[in-house]
Amino acid sequence: MGDRALSRRGFLAASAAAGLGMTALSACGGDSDGGSADGKTTIEWWNISTTEPTKTVWAGLAKKFEAQNPKVKVKIVQMENDAYKSKMTALTASGKLPDIFHTWGGGVLQQQVDAGLVEDLTDRTKPWADGMLSVAKQAYILDNKTYGIPFDIGMIGFWYNKALFKQAGIAAPPTTWSGFLDAVKKLKAKNITPIALAGKEKWPGMYYWAYLAMRTAGIDALKKANDDKDFTAPGLVQAGRHLQDLVKLQPFQKGFLGAAYSTPTGQAATMGNGKAAMELMGQWAPVVEADSGKGLGSNLGFFPFPAVEGGKGAITEVFGGGGGHALRKGAPQAAVDFLKFFASEATDLVLVKKTNTLPVVPGAEKGLSDPNTKAVQAQLKAATGFQLYLDQAYAPAVGQEVNDSVAALISGSKSPEQVTQSISKTAKEEQ
Amino acid sequence: MTSTFLPDKRTGPGVALPSPAATPGRGRARRRLVNWLTAVGFQVPALVLFIGLVLLPMLFALYAAFFRWGGFGMPSDYIGGDNFTRLFQDDVFLGDLWRCALLVGLSLLLQLPFALAMAVALNQRLRGRAVYRMLFFAPYVLSEAITGVLFSMVFAPDDGLADHVLGAIGLDGVGGEWFADPSYVMATLFLVMTWKYFGFHMMLLLAGLQSIPAELTEAALIDGANPWQRFRNVTLPLLAPTIRISIFLSVIGSIQLFDLVWVITQGGPDHHSETMAVTMFQYGFKRYQVGYASAISVVMFGICLVFALAYQRFVLRRDLEGATTNMRGDGR
Repeated sequence: MGDRALSRRGFLAASAAAGLGMTALSACGGDSDGGSADGKTTIEWWNISTTEPTKTVWAGLAKKFEAQNPKVKVKIVQMENDAYKSKMTALTASGKLPDIFHTWGGGVLQQQVDAGLVEDLTDRTKPWADGMLSVAKQAYILDNKTYGIPFDIGMIGFWYNKALFKQAGIAAPPTTWSGFLDAVKKLKAKNITPIALAGKEKWPGMYYWAYLAMRTAGIDALKKANDDKDFTAPGLVQAGRHLQDLVKLQPFQKGFLGAAYSTPTGQAATMGNGKAAMELMGQWAPVVEADSGKGLGSNLGFFPFPAVEGGKGAITEVFGGGGGHALRKGAPQAAVDFLKFFASEATDLVLVKKTNTLPVVPGAEKGLSDPNTKAVQAQLKAATGFQLYLDQAYAPAVGQEVNDSVAALISGSKSPEQVTQSISKTAKEEQ
Repeated sequence: MTSTFLPDKRTGPGVALPSPAATPGRGRARRRLVNWLTAVGFQVPALVLFIGLVLLPMLFALYAAFFRWGGFGMPSDYIGGDNFTRLFQDDVFLGDLWRCALLVGLSLLLQLPFALAMAVALNQRLRGRAVYRMLFFAPYVLSEAITGVLFSMVFAPDDGLADHVLGAIGLDGVGGEWFADPSYVMATLFLVMTWKYFGFHMMLLLAGLQSIPAELTEAALIDGANPWQRFRNVTLPLLAPTIRISIFLSVIGSIQLFDLVWVITQGGPDHHSETMAVTMFQYGFKRYQVGYASAISVVMFGICLVFALAYQRFVLRRDLEGATTNMRGDGR
C-alpha cells in the first residue's frame, strides 16, 4: 500500500513537471536535410491539411508540380494543427525550419523572422504576387516586407437566421451598433435568444471586443497599443463599454458561460438548430453549424459587423485571417517556384472548388457557388482595412489575456478599464 | 525477485515477502553477487527512464521557475524569485489554492464517509451484492475525458438529462445552469468527482472490511454490542489503516485535479473552477510563459511533497513501519 501511494504521488507530481520539461526535450529533435542527390532537388512541404478532401487534393497538386518540374521532388510532411504548432516551436528554437511551411502570419511569423529563419520573399515573388487579393496578403507583410504567400483567407462576421429575424420584425440586418442593439431588443421581445456564444472557449467572445475596438478606436490604435504595450487608450476602453451595453441586454443563450463551440450543445449547434438568431463567427460557421446541429440551409444569412457611431473604423474593415506558406531562409529556388505554382489561378480554382477555401487569386472567384461564401468573398474583396486575429497578431500571452479578460467582462467580473489594464500588464511582462 | 533489496527483512504489515528457499553454506558470496547483478540488471532500464523522463525534467522545471522563459531555446533571463512573488499576488492562483482546499475538505467530509457507508452496506449479505459493487466501481474505470464529455451533456442547461429529470419530477427551474453558473460550478464539479471516484474508495474500504475477522464482530455481538457500537469500536479501528490510505489518495488526487476540469469547464466560468494544474497548463501551453508555469508546478509539487511526507511520517507511520519513513528499516 505504501509503495502504491508513493508511486502515485511521484507519478502525479512528476507528470506536472515532466509536461513542462518535454518542451525543452523535444527541442533536441532534429530534422532531415533536404539535400540534392542525383541532381534532383527535394523540397519539404510542411502543412496541416490532415483532413479530407484537402489532404488528397494537395497531394495531387504536389504530383502535378513534380510533373511540371521533373528535377524537383516534393516531400509532404503533414501534422495535426496543435502538433504542428508545438513542433514548429521546437524547430524555431533549434534554428532550422522546413523549406516550405504553413504559417498564419502575425506574431509567430514575426518571432521566426526576428530569429532570422525566414526568407524575405518581397522581390522573389514580386511579379506574380501583386495580383493576389490584397486583404489576404496583409498577415504576412511585416515591416513592409513579404514573408509569406496566402492560399486561404477568411473573416469574422455575423451569421443570422433569416426566419427568426423576420419573426422579430427586423427588416434588414443592422449596419450600426445602436441598430444592432435595437435588433437584439426586438428579438428578446419575441422571446428569441438573440445570440449564441461559446463562453467556455473565450475566443468567440473576444471577436466582439476586437471588432468593437476596430470600429471605435481603429486598426491603427490596436497596432499602436501592441507596439507601446499600452492598451488603455480611451477608444479601447470605449470598445469595452459598447460590449457592456450588449451584455446588459442579456442576449446570450441560457448557460452560455459553460457552452463550448462545436459540441452538440455548443454555440454552433444552438445556432444550427435555430435556437438563437445570430452568432459572430468566421467563414467556416455554416459547415460547423450543419455538422454539430441541423444547419439552417437557405435560412442562413451573413452581414458584416456594424459600424459604431462616431468611431474611427469603417464597416468595410475586416477582422480575420487565413493560411499561407513561408520559406526557410536559404530555401532553394524550387520552393519559390512551388509557391508560384500554388498561387496560380489554376491551383486556386482547384482549392476553391474542391476544398472549400475562399479564393486568394481574383480569377478563381468563378469557382464559388454558395451564396453565403460569395457574400463573405464580396466583403473581403471590398475590404478597406484588415486586422489579423488578435491571438495570432499578438504574442501568445497577450492574445490569451485579451480572450481571458474579455471573457471576464462578459461574465461581469471586469470593467472595461480593467480589461485594458490587464492586457497592458501582460503585454509589459512579455517585454 | 530476491530478498536482498527488499527494504526490510522483518515482514511488516501489508508487505508480502516471498522468501526464497535458502541454500546455506556453499557459494553464499557468489549468490549474493548474482543477486546483486540481477537486481541491477532489472533496475537499470527503469532507472534510466525514471531519471531521464521524471527526475531531470523535474529538476529542469525547478530551474526554469527562476527565469522569464517562453520555451524557446534555453532559459537565459534570470529573474530570481519574481515568478513566485507574482504567483502569490495572482488572484487566480490564490483562488486555485482556496478551491484546492475546498475540494480536499469536501472529499474528506462527504465523499469518503459516503464511500465508507456504501462499503459497509455492500459488505452485508445482500442479494446481487456483486452487481452493486461492480456498478459502483464502474465509473472509476471510465477515463476522465469521457466522464467530462458525458457530464457536460448531462448538465447542459435545459437540454441536458439532469434538467429533464428534474423537470419530470416537477422541479423545473431548480436545475439552473450547473457548470455555467460561477456560484454552482464547484458544487456540480464535486458531484461529478464523487460519482467518478467514490467507487474506488468504496472498493478499497470493502477490501479492508473483508480482512477484519468475523470472530471479532461475533464476539462483540455476544458481548451485547449494538450495531453502532460494533461499527464504532470494532470495525472502524480495524479499518483505520485503509481509511488513512484512502484519505491520502483522495487529498493528493484533489490537489492534482486537471483532466475533469479541463474537459468540462476549462476552469471557467471566469476562473471559478480553475485548479492549480489548469492554471499551469494555461500559462505553459497557451501563453508560453513556461517559466511562470514551472513556478506553479514547483509550488504544486511542494504542496504534494510536504503533505505526502508529513502524512507518511505522522499518520501512516504505523501502517508503513520501515517502508518509507526509514529506507533500510534498521538504525532506528
